[in-house]
Amino acid sequence: MHSNSSDGHYLDAGVTPVKLVVMGPFAVGKTTFVGAVSEIKPASTEERLTQAGELVDDLRGLEDKDTTTVAHDFGRLTLTEDIVLYLFGTPGQPRFAAMIEDLMYGALGGVVLVDTRRVAESWDAMERLEEAGLAYVLAVNEFPNSPKYTEAELRTALDLDPWTPLVMCDVRKRESAKAVLIALVSHLLSRSSLEPAS
Amino acid sequence: MTPRGRRRTGMVRPYTPAEGHAAPTRRSLDLATILIADRDMPLHGLSPHAYRVMEHCLPGALSVAEVSADLQLPGAVTKVLAAHLVDSGHLIARNPAPAAQKHDRALLERILNALQQL
Repeated sequence: MHSNSSDGHYLDAGVTPVKLVVMGPFAVGKTTFVGAVSEIKPASTEERLTQAGELVDDLRGLEDKDTTTVAHDFGRLTLTEDIVLYLFGTPGQPRFAAMIEDLMYGALGGVVLVDTRRVAESWDAMERLEEAGLAYVLAVNEFPNSPKYTEAELRTALDLDPWTPLVMCDVRKRESAKAVLIALVSHLLSRSSLEPAS
Repeated sequence: MTPRGRRRTGMVRPYTPAEGHAAPTRRSLDLATILIADRDMPLHGLSPHAYRVMEHCLPGALSVAEVSADLQLPGAVTKVLAAHLVDSGHLIARNPAPAAQKHDRALLERILNALQQL
């Protein structure tokens, strides 16, 4: 916890936040990815499966606590004097759909992390983002023992649109995680030139 | 409702810190919303939790997510508290550059340049 006001984690009053979501299955490296690029120690905020309007019935469902709360890990990166980027790591499972929808609202786009040992587990996250109309990049986290596939093989296994970027990365490394963010923003820019402004 | 032994010490119903309000007053508050405190607003009369939020926001701007994590309040509760403090003029909220601005090339180009220079 960094609740001490002298630790410099406060921002200038003039900043505008931008938001990205980092998704993918359990233990794929979302928190590590967020931590690699964050200027603050990654923190987490707890969300409950019930929506805010249903909080009056707060004890309902607590018997099975694992399915009623989820932690969004987040990190922050000050980009310019007036733009601050927030990265939120979140699980992509359908049972968290309502919470994730809330988190995706207002986001610029997403990063979906992939573990080549269980490629299909990233489908949920891809579907969530597609349903929300958000552009994303696939980032394959290269674990030391993970099987190596060609990009074409991975694209087929992921059933990936040809225009969605697929990049390799090591989520522990800042430069590597940064390259994923650059790929995403480049992709958003190329998309914006193809679509009419709304 | 009878607790079945799962209720931990210190656990409070979420609407207790939120002063009985179950829902944020505005849909627009986001975990990435930046909160800026108006230092001229009096703090007396605020509930203890609202007071803690204000006290935490007074030194400088922070996101709802950071306030939530720092004060160990659930995100939804923090949004409710912050929304009421916005309504009362204690806080100013700046939302993330919205989805409608996805096509704002200038913003995206600035983000890209900044990332490349980090």
